[in-house]
Amino acid sequence: MKTSIYLDHAATSPIRPEAAAAYMEAMQAVPGNPSSVHQHGREARKRVDDARRILAGTIHADPAEIIFTSGGTEADNFAIIGTVGSRTHLGRHIITTAIEHHAVLTACAALEREGFEVTYVQPDESGRITAAQVAGALRDDTILVSVMFGNNEVGTVQPIGEIGSLLKEHQALFHTDAVQAYGMIPLDVRELDVDLLSVSSHKVNGPKGVGFLYEKKGIDLQPLLTGGSQERKRRAGTENVPAIIAFAEAARLAAEERLEKTVRYAEFEAAMTDIFRSEGIAFEPTVGEGIPKLAQICNFHFPGTDIESLLVNLDMNGVSVSSGSACTAGSLDPSHVLVAMFGEGSPRLRSSVRFSFGYGTTEEDIREAALRTADIVKRAITTNH
Amino acid sequence: MRTDKAIKDTRVVVGMSGGVDSSVAAYMLKQQGYEVIGIFMKNWDDTDEFGVCTATEDYEDVISVCNQIGIPYYAVNFEQQYWDKVFTYFLDEYKAGRTPNPDVMCNKEIKFKAFLSHAMSLGADFLATGHYARIAETEDGVAMLRGVDDNKDQTYFLNQLTQEQLAKVMFPIGELEKSRVREIAEEAGLATAKKKDSTGICFIGERNFKEFLGNYLPAQPGDMKTMDGEKKGRHDGLMYYTIGQRHGLGIGGSGEPWFVIGKDLKTNTLLVGQGFHHDALYSDSLTAEQISFTGAEPLPAEFRCTAKFRYRQADTGVTVKMTGVRSAEVTFDSPVRAITPGQAVVFYDGDICLGGGTIDTVIKNGITLDYVG
Repeated sequence: MKTSIYLDHAATSPIRPEAAAAYMEAMQAVPGNPSSVHQHGREARKRVDDARRILAGTIHADPAEIIFTSGGTEADNFAIIGTVGSRTHLGRHIITTAIEHHAVLTACAALEREGFEVTYVQPDESGRITAAQVAGALRDDTILVSVMFGNNEVGTVQPIGEIGSLLKEHQALFHTDAVQAYGMIPLDVRELDVDLLSVSSHKVNGPKGVGFLYEKKGIDLQPLLTGGSQERKRRAGTENVPAIIAFAEAARLAAEERLEKTVRYAEFEAAMTDIFRSEGIAFEPTVGEGIPKLAQICNFHFPGTDIESLLVNLDMNGVSVSSGSACTAGSLDPSHVLVAMFGEGSPRLRSSVRFSFGYGTTEEDIREAALRTADIVKRAITTNH
Repeated sequence: MRTDKAIKDTRVVVGMSGGVDSSVAAYMLKQQGYEVIGIFMKNWDDTDEFGVCTATEDYEDVISVCNQIGIPYYAVNFEQQYWDKVFTYFLDEYKAGRTPNPDVMCNKEIKFKAFLSHAMSLGADFLATGHYARIAETEDGVAMLRGVDDNKDQTYFLNQLTQEQLAKVMFPIGELEKSRVREIAEEAGLATAKKKDSTGICFIGERNFKEFLGNYLPAQPGDMKTMDGEKKGRHDGLMYYTIGQRHGLGIGGSGEPWFVIGKDLKTNTLLVGQGFHHDALYSDSLTAEQISFTGAEPLPAEFRCTAKFRYRQADTGVTVKMTGVRSAEVTFDSPVRAITPGQAVVFYDGDICLGGGTIDTVIKNGITLDYVG
């Protein structure tokens, strides 16, 4: 059995030891409910608020603007459905993009069924949309614009700041799904002029099952979950105290290591392409050079291969990667992101693979994974032709 | 031995449907020490307006069973190929007034072609399925034998497989009775042990067949007449009826029940007759197309064997005379009821399934019965 190499950090990332230690410590040492009025409650409340302060600091927000959720999906759902719930009187039009995560797209689709109008901005072949496209789609009755920061499948980064300033004088709220960008790109919610921003813990080596939505002061989304008055009545339910504490620890460290990671991952990508080249296999980066991209996500097109066979062969050879697309019955639907970028008929839909780097990825992993990939691609090309 | 490799080095991909048969097939191979990989095939998207899709539930069962057995699992999507090769054929046959057999086509084009090739691309030595059939080694290759369970034998649907395909195929449960398969599943505690067998055509499932077909083909109601031209009522569209069918005609009155005897596409008339053994339902020979043989060696231009004209029917003695590379005339030892164009005619020599073809025309006393096809 070959050594196993995990290059699917964009799907989920391993919890880092510091976060795991914080998690364990908090599970044992912080038994209270933060809403309780006694000593145990106060202690838990203090720890949650410490975490909130750290997390708010990572995006230059006020701690009161952080609403803890169960993760990125809930944050996205909350941003969209909560906006609509509180702003129907202002209009029934939403703008988003064709390459959002399904947490955004399915929420929008549900709203369409309820009679809301949704405009899906189409990206170009590099996966980019422009502020001008958003401006073109904007209407007086637009109540929400939701554009993801960095794409989870191909890594393209959108001009969020530009869109933010464009929307400054418009009634529409601006949401960005920053789940993949968080920890990799410096985020300042004031500079970016965003109203809502989603983050997930398990993409930055924190525990699964926790995330947050940044909600700019004064916005007052309609809650998805009602009950107790946690999170300033925006999100009922007892806080996941140990996960929140561990999340903050992971996020703090991710911020510290940001620059170094950016450099290292770019080197990883260069090393992979060098090996592909020296092994003589045909490949193309899905996002062309010079396009702003998340460093940890590298999507490659291997012409003439079949993704379903490629992924299984990679797995059988110990390389865990993904096609980056969601699954229906476990099998691959063509990625909606690639469809939006290249069209329904593009061969890229059936032959693109996402490698994503992260905590613990070594240069040796990259070399080994690239070599195994090259072998498999070579074999696939010979069998297919 | 079908391979020089040791069992533990022999990689077998098992086509898993989420049913008990393929679950037990995978389980048995794993018990025997093979390197087993479970793969779920998705051929049809029946996602409804609520996002519910039977494939999702079946795949969940595949995951449970594979985890219980301790094998990796994957899925592969053949929706496009299935649509092009099986569903298009299915509709075309109905349009032509015939009764297609999509299971035969699915085995030929999808399971043992596209899927087999997928399995081979994963370095598999064999593809296994949960079919009730057996593979036996012969002097010059392999032979496909009927499954031990008479009532479950599926060689009828596998008749189009060739020697090249069969050489790479395993049918682990072909030696077992269905009841034993259930027992094994229960003994092993497999999640699918008590799962109901699927019925009907896979892409239609439990749904109303008439309604399903009506979604794809325009139904043209017309007259129902006897062979003498006496009008007996109206039909909902010729495609909804098959030769020999009794139910759904709605003809009342006295005497024996009424049956479908034939179809006249030109006048859009459904021909009906009274009595299960109506003379017009019987024929003594047929012509078949798409003839394919399972063996390594070609058969003589004329040979004797037994044949089935539909699934689960008892065998009839026949003489097969090749009239072309892929066409034949099949003469029955005694008249057979309700031979249906579009269905398969499958040949047997004892337990060996020799191959088969698609019934094209039906003949009686040397005259082609135009009314049945």
